[in-house]
Amino acid sequence: MRRSLAQLIWPLVALALLLVFNAVESPSFFHVQFVNGRLSGAAIDVLNQGAPVMLLALGMTLVIGTGGIDLSVGAVMAVAGALAAKLLHLEAPVVLAVAAALGACVAAGIWNGGLVTVAGIPPIVATLIFMVAGRGIAQLITDGQIITINPDSPFTTIGRGVIGGLPVPIVIALTAAIVIAAIVRLTSLGVFIEAIGGNEEASRYAGLNVRWIRLSVYAIMGLLAGLAGLIDTADIAAADANNSGLYLELDAILAVVIGGTALTGGRFSLLGALVGAIIIQTLSTTILMTTFRGQSVPPEFNLVIKAIVVLMVCLLQSGELRRMVLRARGARA
Amino acid sequence: MADALIEMHGIVKTYPGVAALDGVDFSLSAGEIHALVGENGAGKSTLIKILTGAERRDRGTVRLGGTEIEPRTPVQAQRLGIATVYQEVNLIPDLTVAENILLGREPRSRLGAIRWGEMVRQAQQVVDKLGLHVDVAEPLRAHSIAVQQMIAVARAIDQQARVLVLDEPTSSLDATETAQLFALMRRLRKAGMGIIFITHFLDQVYEVSDRITILRGGRLVGTHVTGELPRLSLVARMLGKSVEDVSQTAARRERTTDGEQRECLRASGLFKRNAVQSFDLSLKASEVLGLAGLLGSGRTEVVRLLFGIDQRDGGELSINGESIGHHSPRRAIKAGMALTPEDRRAAGLVPHLSVRENMLLALQGAKGWARRVSVREQQAIADRYVRALSISTPDIEKPVSQLSGGNQQKVILARWLLMEPTILMLDEPTRGIDIGAKEQIESLIDELRSKGMALIFISGELDEVVRVSQRIMVLRDRAPVGELTGENLNTHAVMRQIAGEAAGQAHA
Repeated sequence: MRRSLAQLIWPLVALALLLVFNAVESPSFFHVQFVNGRLSGAAIDVLNQGAPVMLLALGMTLVIGTGGIDLSVGAVMAVAGALAAKLLHLEAPVVLAVAAALGACVAAGIWNGGLVTVAGIPPIVATLIFMVAGRGIAQLITDGQIITINPDSPFTTIGRGVIGGLPVPIVIALTAAIVIAAIVRLTSLGVFIEAIGGNEEASRYAGLNVRWIRLSVYAIMGLLAGLAGLIDTADIAAADANNSGLYLELDAILAVVIGGTALTGGRFSLLGALVGAIIIQTLSTTILMTTFRGQSVPPEFNLVIKAIVVLMVCLLQSGELRRMVLRARGARA
Repeated sequence: MADALIEMHGIVKTYPGVAALDGVDFSLSAGEIHALVGENGAGKSTLIKILTGAERRDRGTVRLGGTEIEPRTPVQAQRLGIATVYQEVNLIPDLTVAENILLGREPRSRLGAIRWGEMVRQAQQVVDKLGLHVDVAEPLRAHSIAVQQMIAVARAIDQQARVLVLDEPTSSLDATETAQLFALMRRLRKAGMGIIFITHFLDQVYEVSDRITILRGGRLVGTHVTGELPRLSLVARMLGKSVEDVSQTAARRERTTDGEQRECLRASGLFKRNAVQSFDLSLKASEVLGLAGLLGSGRTEVVRLLFGIDQRDGGELSINGESIGHHSPRRAIKAGMALTPEDRRAAGLVPHLSVRENMLLALQGAKGWARRVSVREQQAIADRYVRALSISTPDIEKPVSQLSGGNQQKVILARWLLMEPTILMLDEPTRGIDIGAKEQIESLIDELRSKGMALIFISGELDEVVRVSQRIMVLRDRAPVGELTGENLNTHAVMRQIAGEAAGQAHA
């Protein structure tokens, strides 16, 4: 626990700096109100809109922990949304639509894991295949159209509902975080993942079921991506196969890296990934809310500013850079 | 020799804390094949690295054709005429043979474009000159490893080489392929090239070399004309013994095992192509079977087959009476087997996991992910084994990578001991660890045996194998060549079998 807290220090510092900046620049950021039985305000919006990336980051942490990567999660989100919307369109019950969508996403995860473990295809290539194919499948399901969902359907609760004052996406993300953390840390799955990512050969010699563990990690990733896809689709009450989850795999990977988990696998931090996901979303919201000389920042600056902040967080975490700075200082002294 | 091509004199190379080479002399004549032999840590590779510019010497002189040289990079050495071919073929499989041979020095037109026709012509000339029947326009991967190796030789010597270094070129070749390579070496020797040949296979040393230089522990043991050095003397010198030293390592304990003991392990006709030839093996409870042989003799391959790391190509295997079909480490562990691997970094430790997590890995793996051993229980087990094996670590939560080699080895031992296996296989458990830890491991083996465990013990140190084992199976060139028990079990006898001089054990 001590070790993981030490790892978390830089992401937390970065998040704190962002929040302080907001507190100064746009005090309304922390203005949280209870309106119509629902908490609202910029801080709540950050968590609400960040929920899909938080879900993806949780799964991505496990996948990266085994030394793998999953580029297909954005496409899997699109599949979930498309399938659920299509079934609702055919007047299937909500429960069935949700179950079918999630089932399909777990199957997609098993497909990815199978390519990696059974066929021996490198994870980046194996999941690249579904990154392309998945979006194609989603487009086939929707016939290339945007399928709208009746905004009064109980399905939209997944994206717009409120439980105990909290938006449902936040509840889903937090619940998933607790469940995943419990599964990983209260069983031996976490140590197995870290062992495989740390030294796959040694894990095999120690008798771990390497294939099964890797496969299950991709399956969990599929399930979480499915949840993220349902939230996204329910939120806008429409399945947009072209844009749902687009590029979110990159945000998820970024969140994991910001959270201090090495891309080479081994030790991982679920909490770090959550903090990373929150940093990414806070950044987007901050840029939107910040005014400069009375004018808001033009949206075309968003990605560049985001990249600069992420770069700084990563540099802060780089042991290599810290050593270089220390050496340079030592040389001057 | 009059026309010395290479003269290395008084070479010293020290790595932090270790003298890798301590005043070594070496010479190579034109038109000579010179074998360089020695066990692990003898300094062969360091000597070669200094000659080929991969490392720089601390002291000593290197002369090439009478001129002192000091290559700083392999490219410089190459330009001076020293070509090297490594065990792993360092070529690009997807390029054609011609592209590989001329990579980086393709014939170019005035505008800088590659002249493909000319390239194929030049490359074909090179391979024809070596007597290889190869179409240079084909991709490299279309050819066998042996041919790829020879193409690597072709590439190396095409650059006006006078000296060719072959670093274990035959380890992945079969007999026919080796013969092809030797034919090529002989042709090159005839053409006046000096060849340094590094190998673990003694038969090959005697088949092809003119002289032999033996290194041991970073020092020169001697250089001999091959025909004048009996095999037994060669083995004795490699292992640091004298031939006259027939003093038997004192049998510290009862050599014979109780005939009543249960058979734990039986293998018959087990083999894997290009790894180890067919062998039979039987192991009883309360018995230590030693596997002896030089590096590369097939010791490790035997235990890898038994533990299911590699799949066998044929033969029968039963563990504790259970016949094993498709094998895997999980299967082996379930049947009561354990293996501490030769390379503890690559196959043993998970470096950033803690001492506790490393110790519990196999037990937890056998229980499955859902039935987790509680942290408190894990700590109790880890504490117990830290004490029992006197592992020095300040804390069982420390990453195992921060421990010394000997303590890391004990962590892996603990991983398996806590599984209470009936068969424990130890592959070089004492390599690279200090004397104190070595003795502890030896007496631990004794203790486990007396409690009824069956053990297989591998070590490159003959004395150690002889001290620890009840019975020794000797391997040479990836095949079993004999077994020693009781009265016959002494270092001299083992050495004779390794050298292939035992009566009735003539080996092709």
